[in-house]
Amino acid sequence: MVEHRPWLTFLTHAILIFGMLLLVIPIYVTFVASSHSLDEITAHFSLLPGTQLVENYTSALSVGPRDVGATVGTMMLNSLIMALGITLGKIFISLLAAYAIVYFKFRFRMFFFWLIFITLMLPVEVRILPTYKVAADLKILDSYPGLILPLIASATATFLFRQFFMTVPDELCEAVKIDGGGPIRFFFDILLPMSRTSIAALFVILFIYGWNQYLWPLLITTDESYYTLLIGIKRMLDVGEGQAEWQIIMASTILAMIPPILIVIFMQKQFVKGMTETEK
Amino acid sequence: MADVSLDNVFKTFGKTEVIHGISCDIQDGEFIVILGPSGCGKSTLLRMIAGLETITKGDVSIDGTVVNRLEPADRDVAMVFQNYALYPHMTVFKNMAYGLKIRKMPKAEIKRRVEDAARILEITEFLDRKPKQLSGGQRQRVAMGRCIVREPKIFLFDEPLSNLDAKLRVQMRLEIRKLQETLKITSIYVTHDQVEAMTLGDRMIVMDNGYAAQIGTPLDVYERPATRFVAGFIGSPAMNFLTAVVSADGRQVHLHRDISLTLQNGGLPGHGGQKIIMGVRPEHFVLGQAADAMLHLDLDHVEILGSDTLAYGHLGQDKTQVTLRLPSVYHFKKNTVLHLDIPSKNLHFFNTDTGQRIEMQA
Ligand SMILES: Nc1ncnc2c1ncn2[C@@H]1O[C@H](COP(=O)(O)OP(=O)(O)OP(=O)(O)O)[C@@H](O)[C@H]1O
Ligand SMILES: [Mg+2]
Repeated sequence: MVEHRPWLTFLTHAILIFGMLLLVIPIYVTFVASSHSLDEITAHFSLLPGTQLVENYTSALSVGPRDVGATVGTMMLNSLIMALGITLGKIFISLLAAYAIVYFKFRFRMFFFWLIFITLMLPVEVRILPTYKVAADLKILDSYPGLILPLIASATATFLFRQFFMTVPDELCEAVKIDGGGPIRFFFDILLPMSRTSIAALFVILFIYGWNQYLWPLLITTDESYYTLLIGIKRMLDVGEGQAEWQIIMASTILAMIPPILIVIFMQKQFVKGMTETEK
Repeated sequence: MADVSLDNVFKTFGKTEVIHGISCDIQDGEFIVILGPSGCGKSTLLRMIAGLETITKGDVSIDGTVVNRLEPADRDVAMVFQNYALYPHMTVFKNMAYGLKIRKMPKAEIKRRVEDAARILEITEFLDRKPKQLSGGQRQRVAMGRCIVREPKIFLFDEPLSNLDAKLRVQMRLEIRKLQETLKITSIYVTHDQVEAMTLGDRMIVMDNGYAAQIGTPLDVYERPATRFVAGFIGSPAMNFLTAVVSADGRQVHLHRDISLTLQNGGLPGHGGQKIIMGVRPEHFVLGQAADAMLHLDLDHVEILGSDTLAYGHLGQDKTQVTLRLPSVYHFKKNTVLHLDIPSKNLHFFNTDTGQRIEMQA
């Protein structure tokens, strides 16, 4: 459908540009604010970049914000560990679960599948109290396992891998059997490489999901050395009567956006492939 | 290389029995074709030999050892699947090498075997390609290559040519036969294409609904079909079947009150007075003289194929449809009457109820 109507072209472009500005302006303001000193921000804030850029970022990364007790560097590392832990854990567990459900016949197979499927409808927030109790009893509060393990099961990923495995022809499995390989070989030599693009696509989605976890880390971390960046930013804002360090907060916010953006940029090609193409 | 023996093999899926007791001894180096219509259990039988399906009852033995409980890998068989089942993410080389790699063969030996097989199959130039970058025929060769490099005891083929176009099918058919003759590996080949079965097999098993209707050489099956099903299934166009009654002395059959055929030799002495089915292949009619011909066919339709002519018509009062095939070209007019003879040796007789073949006395 190709239409040549100038006003339509104009209208569509106007809407797109408006939408883009809506998204970009807050980020731009954040960036500009992170390059000014606190005085400049609170007194006479201009929309042009300031001169304090390097100082603000160095201070955030190495000294850290007042009253939080951890540097932004530490918090970024914590966020990274948590995000990667959740992502890799989710992918690993759901690959295995999907493999079991699709390729092995065991009693109550469909029951377990539906059980997993039903948990799709339970977001973290719903089960947060029991999960907290379990984590506390296991004594994994204030630890990396505590940040990662409770978020590691993924019905969505299991379901996606199940759907993908079901499109893999049975003959491939049989060909491996005839070639002399067992289930482990079939999984690692055939299924895993064939799922490569789906794994890449899931990696991007899950990494961003993990990086943006907020409620759970907030609940279980009291020790500053396990703070993730998102909690850190929240803490920086909790200054009560005092003056928030806006220049540091803005710098941290910009820093918090960088890893997900990098992941998307570097994995864009695989991501698109994984969402659109199946290798068969 | 190995001999294979099926001893009264049954297969049941849930409550439905799909293979009802098949026995067959396959010699070392023999090429056996399993032929039958869709759904008759060919693939199931093959997969039981491969070890991909369990055997409900009976024994499958390879080289005298019962292998019922062995995994496919331990049976030392190789299989070409209908859709080839190539590993999509591996190059052709790796596809062919995979089975050897699992068996922990030295790298140099793997390379030698893969390259040898590639040369035989003329796919050397594709070794670095992925299956997706190959045509159907090339993929088919790779699937064969994957089997050849293993040097297995038995080759199993499940309709390997059914995804190819007609011309390629003929070419690959010849190549498979040539290859099997060079390698002399016992082969079991499933197809529903009777031409493949006739041309490829040393012997064939014609399957009918889970039973082995006949096991024999292609010529055997063509010349002396064991049941009415086999007779109708083998041969194209299909055999004509006419109901007939044997005369009291067994020396004649009456097709209708107005048509009688005299049998040569001893006739059918044990079946005097019985109703039977008479079969005649379209190619076995010969044109005769109006005065003394056995049959007079009212012609309905003619197809000239160049090499031969197909004529369709009907016989007698009850208008039994009959097809005949005459060598070379004939320009018959519609609605003429053809006068036909049938050499007595080319008549087949079957029991009306059981469909079993009835032999004429010599
Ligand atoms: N896993 C199964 N479960 C239940 N029934 C099955 C199963 N596999 C095959 N069957 C049935 O067994 C019968 C024989 O199937 P099979 O695949 O052996 O037929 P085939 O002769 O190979 O047919 P085709 O020429 O179409 O491949 C069919 O009626 C089929 O429905
Ligand atoms: Mg089949």
